[in-house]
Amino acid sequence: MSNDTLDHKGRPLVAVTGRGVVTSLGIGKSDNWTKLTAGQSGIKPIRRFDTRGLKTTIAGTVDHFDIEPYSAFDLSTAMAEAAAAEAIEEACIGSRSSFPGPLIIATPPSELEWPHLRQLYNALPDSDISGYARLLASARSGKHADLARHVRFAAIADRLKDRFSTRGEPLSICTACASGATTIQLGLEAIRRGDTEAALCVGTDATVHPEGLIRFSLLSALSTVNDAPQKASKPFAKRRDGFVIAEGAGAVVLESLSAAKARGAPILGIVRGCGEKADSFHRTRSNPDGAAMIGAIRKTLDDAGVTPEQIDYVNAHGTSTPENDRMEYLSLKAVLGEHLANTPVSSNKSMIGHTLIAAGSVEAVFSLLTIETSILPPTINYDEPDPDLPLDVVPNTSRSKSVSTVLSNSFGFGGQNVCVVFSSEPA
Amino acid sequence: MPNGDEREQVWITGIGLISSLGVGIDEHWNKLHGETPPRPVIDEGRFAPYTVHPMPEIDVAQQIPRTSDQRQMDRWQKFGVYAAGLALQDAGIAGNDALLDKTDLCIAAGNGERDIALDSRILATADADGDAASRLNTELMTGLRPTLYLVQLSNLLAGNISIIHKATGSSRTFKGEEMAGVSAIKNAVDRIKAGQGDLFLVGGALNAEREDFLLGCELTGGLYHGPHKSVWDRQGENDGFIPGSVGVFLVLESSSHAKARGAMPYAQIAGIASDRSPRAPGDIAATASTLLKELPLDTSNRELFVMSGASGVRATTAEELQFLSNVQKAGIEPVIRAWGSIFGHTHEAHFLVGIALAALALSKSEFYPPFDTSGVEHTRKTWADQILVTTFGHWRGEGLGLVQSVW
Repeated sequence: MSNDTLDHKGRPLVAVTGRGVVTSLGIGKSDNWTKLTAGQSGIKPIRRFDTRGLKTTIAGTVDHFDIEPYSAFDLSTAMAEAAAAEAIEEACIGSRSSFPGPLIIATPPSELEWPHLRQLYNALPDSDISGYARLLASARSGKHADLARHVRFAAIADRLKDRFSTRGEPLSICTACASGATTIQLGLEAIRRGDTEAALCVGTDATVHPEGLIRFSLLSALSTVNDAPQKASKPFAKRRDGFVIAEGAGAVVLESLSAAKARGAPILGIVRGCGEKADSFHRTRSNPDGAAMIGAIRKTLDDAGVTPEQIDYVNAHGTSTPENDRMEYLSLKAVLGEHLANTPVSSNKSMIGHTLIAAGSVEAVFSLLTIETSILPPTINYDEPDPDLPLDVVPNTSRSKSVSTVLSNSFGFGGQNVCVVFSSEPA
Repeated sequence: MPNGDEREQVWITGIGLISSLGVGIDEHWNKLHGETPPRPVIDEGRFAPYTVHPMPEIDVAQQIPRTSDQRQMDRWQKFGVYAAGLALQDAGIAGNDALLDKTDLCIAAGNGERDIALDSRILATADADGDAASRLNTELMTGLRPTLYLVQLSNLLAGNISIIHKATGSSRTFKGEEMAGVSAIKNAVDRIKAGQGDLFLVGGALNAEREDFLLGCELTGGLYHGPHKSVWDRQGENDGFIPGSVGVFLVLESSSHAKARGAMPYAQIAGIASDRSPRAPGDIAATASTLLKELPLDTSNRELFVMSGASGVRATTAEELQFLSNVQKAGIEPVIRAWGSIFGHTHEAHFLVGIALAALALSKSEFYPPFDTSGVEHTRKTWADQILVTTFGHWRGEGLGLVQSVW
């Protein structure tokens, strides 16, 4: 392996050779990038179910697939397949019967939704038993095996493994809203170890159902600006009041740079490094000193071998909650210092909402498109800056700027903090 | 990476285990290593026609002192956090902030628990007024505990371990039923061997005493109905698994890191191998045979000691016996112990329980008596210095681990 395919620690450099994405803005990179860089929002009133009685009635739903009736499993699977297919096609890797590496996928909770519970309950209309005893009696009939996919944690991974013929045991992972970034980290590490030359890393989430929405609502995490959906997500702005729940999927094909070059693959970027640090302060909040987020960013820069001054652009986690955005600013300030003032920072969530488990995957694709196109997507709804968070958030309209190194942040409940540095191909 | 000829070994330096048999590794050893098959603890009444292995009453305050923390967790998380605390204590890491700050978590987890009473009430009444959708919204908005979501998120077992025990190096949660446990420990082993980390807390937990969990298992057609029988005795009739509550955690450490701090190992992990076969008839046995070749098995041993994760699900269990029969035909006699007969099937945690039991036996230079009287498990003739741990998912995934003596 030549020196130009090894990193600063002598490890194999890892390239991105394929990208795929689905969000409320559309299916595929082209549609998404056109709308995202135009500052268009995908947030809209929820039509999927009755929202009467709910505090939040808006979301970034993905309505481009014919999934009827909706279920989180079926829509998550369809989105993941679309994103992965696009990434594999771009990478032009393997064949229909063989992707030459493992699948690492971040998937939403596997659970029965209310229509499924009702189906089971109503299957015994004349029963005098109630509650879960009745659900179990229905299940014992063996007539509802079609519901099994909803409760099997590896079912989405299993479908995708079969569809794309990936190698070995597919990994299903959950690090909450950092999950997408974790899949990339796992792929990066596997290639660095020499376990594989390629990996398919995917994140998908379609959790806009009543209970999914209500869970976050009860945690006071969601914006309630229902009358102006496209204005609701306003990361880093003074009047931000929560995130907007959303759906999406992202996928990247990672390869060792040497293998990618050997087969003449498109080098769309380099995964320069990843870092993570767990927080121990609170289940939904960061330690006020920002130690874990700061630790994650520092570990990432160290892993990547880049200095804070080399970061050209930050694809922020930027949820639009008062807490996250403040802590993200403080952490960036702590690590980038004075350089932060000259570093543009965008939150894609201003337009696509928070795609939860998929966020790190979707934002990885957008980070790579930023490197490719030299266009920084804007942070829309930045009408009133928060004076406590003095950031260059690329307000409201996109900006042209050559970018060679991007820091992408992902922070999740349970103290999950994962960051990734992407860069252009080394000269 | 290690220098020169000295290869980095993956040592197990701490074990935390709680199950229907009791609390702690010593209590498990005392109940498991005698001359006669140990008696499983079973509850055949509460969830009839399903049997479960229940967790005994545990004073969780010993590992989770603050009641405010206890309130933020459901049973599966308490089991896991408790076992994690035992493992950290056992390894001599508990309370050592510098070591905890670099401890990487690899956790195998399912989802958390639903509010059974609320679900039942909504199902009984929601259609009554002909306005089901908005009534569901109102019931959930007023009935769900805000924190319930935090016990339902898979990664919040890890989150709670970080909060309670301050283990904060990194945190990864793997999902996927039985294979989650295989994935979690494989990730830690791979990273230690490659120099990507040297101190890991690996584990999982299951609360089997939940109707919502049993419902999911029943939908997948995996549950055994009826009074307890060993996994081998269930073959040929009403097959399936009997769930068991458990919390299991292991501290894995690079041998150089453990030596530097004077930590003694139970055993080492020589290798973990996994795959996911399509599961046509014969696939499991064939895949297991292929995976076995990836492990550094000492073929000069006349007996192969096997901690079997057999679940009792017919096809999977039968193919595991076929795989072991093929080993026998190659001239090595399998000495099999299926811990599922005693602990129940513990899903995400299952493989890790087997690894823990194998490490415990190797550290004692003993092996367990047969766990049942079916005839599949016979007494040993030689001594174990390697133990093969198997776990084949009840619907997907094949995993093998090889645990061996350090000396």
